Amino acid sequence: MLTLQYVPYTDIERLTSEARVEHLLTIVKEEKIILLEGKLRAEEEAVLIKRTMEEISASFKGIEISPLDVGSKHDQAFFQRLKTMLYDFLLGNRRGLTIIGPATIVKEIRKDPDKIQLLTQDVKHKRKR
Amino acid sequence: MINVFKRFLNRFFKDLFQEKGQVKLGLYGPPNGGKTTLANKICMDWLGEEMGRASKIAHETREVQIKEQITIKRDKKELTFSLVDTPGIATKIDYEEFIKAGMKSTEAKGRAKEATKGVIDAIKWLDDMDAVIVVLDGTKDPYTQVNITIIGNLEARKIPVLLVANKSDLKKFDLKHVQAAFPQYDVIGISAKLGNSLNELYEKLFELRKKALKRK
Repeated sequence: MLTLQYVPYTDIERLTSEARVEHLLTIVKEEKIILLEGKLRAEEEAVLIKRTMEEISASFKGIEISPLDVGSKHDQAFFQRLKTMLYDFLLGNRRGLTIIGPATIVKEIRKDPDKIQLLTQDVKHKRKR
Repeated sequence: MINVFKRFLNRFFKDLFQEKGQVKLGLYGPPNGGKTTLANKICMDWLGEEMGRASKIAHETREVQIKEQITIKRDKKELTFSLVDTPGIATKIDYEEFIKAGMKSTEAKGRAKEATKGVIDAIKWLDDMDAVIVVLDGTKDPYTQVNITIIGNLEARKIPVLLVANKSDLKKFDLKHVQAAFPQYDVIGISAKLGNSLNELYEKLFELRKKALKRK
């Protein structure tokens, strides 16, 4: 069975970067796929990768992660970009969506770049081996 | 106490004799993008010796490797830098993939363990870099999270970046696809294996150094 857990931005808003990463990693290690409202900062993604590597074992093989932008800043007109910047400043980085899943379940996340395709592992087949 | 004194002396003399303006140039990217092949090519061209072993199996480089005092000479210009080859950054490492590639279980598990440490080290070293060449595999999808995270982190640290799409000698190579993924950057298509377009890369390194020295 595949479990998706929605994590609203308010859940991580007041946490430090390290605490955010720990919170997300704990959920992923429970073999759940996270749908996070908003995005992590680039530095937080690096911390997430670092912490993931520290946790790798025979049963936990890492993560797949992919954020989905809503209207990339590069494609926007000047006033729209200004509006987006103001929105980010006031509300934090809560635009878009980030998918984070355990690599034992999520084989690949394909981005195109406005849609996400989640390819899952054949778990039954894997367990038989 | 003696160790502290030794470290102080080392740092003092290093600072005293280190050439002013020398930069630490890092090679970053996903596993199997061709970082070590490129490092070897650069080192062979300008030092006459290789840096490390490259392999078709991912995570061949599991420790940060450094070659100091590489000097590129072009049209009366000279550029001296230290080249830092880093392990490929990944979000997952599965020892079973190494078994599929022909390794025995113990060897595969050991390689996976070392590879995880390598990724951690590569991330830790980011802060020490003056400039970075991101080596991407030009035959693969550029929209991967690892690529985006590496470039995002360099951007956040304001480290000058040069993007290189490697493996231009292969049929599947698609420079335009990589350029479309990172429109805000110059992307050079090269073949580290055959040495194609390396002159263009060496030329760009002079610009990269300028940006790195401005940031210092």
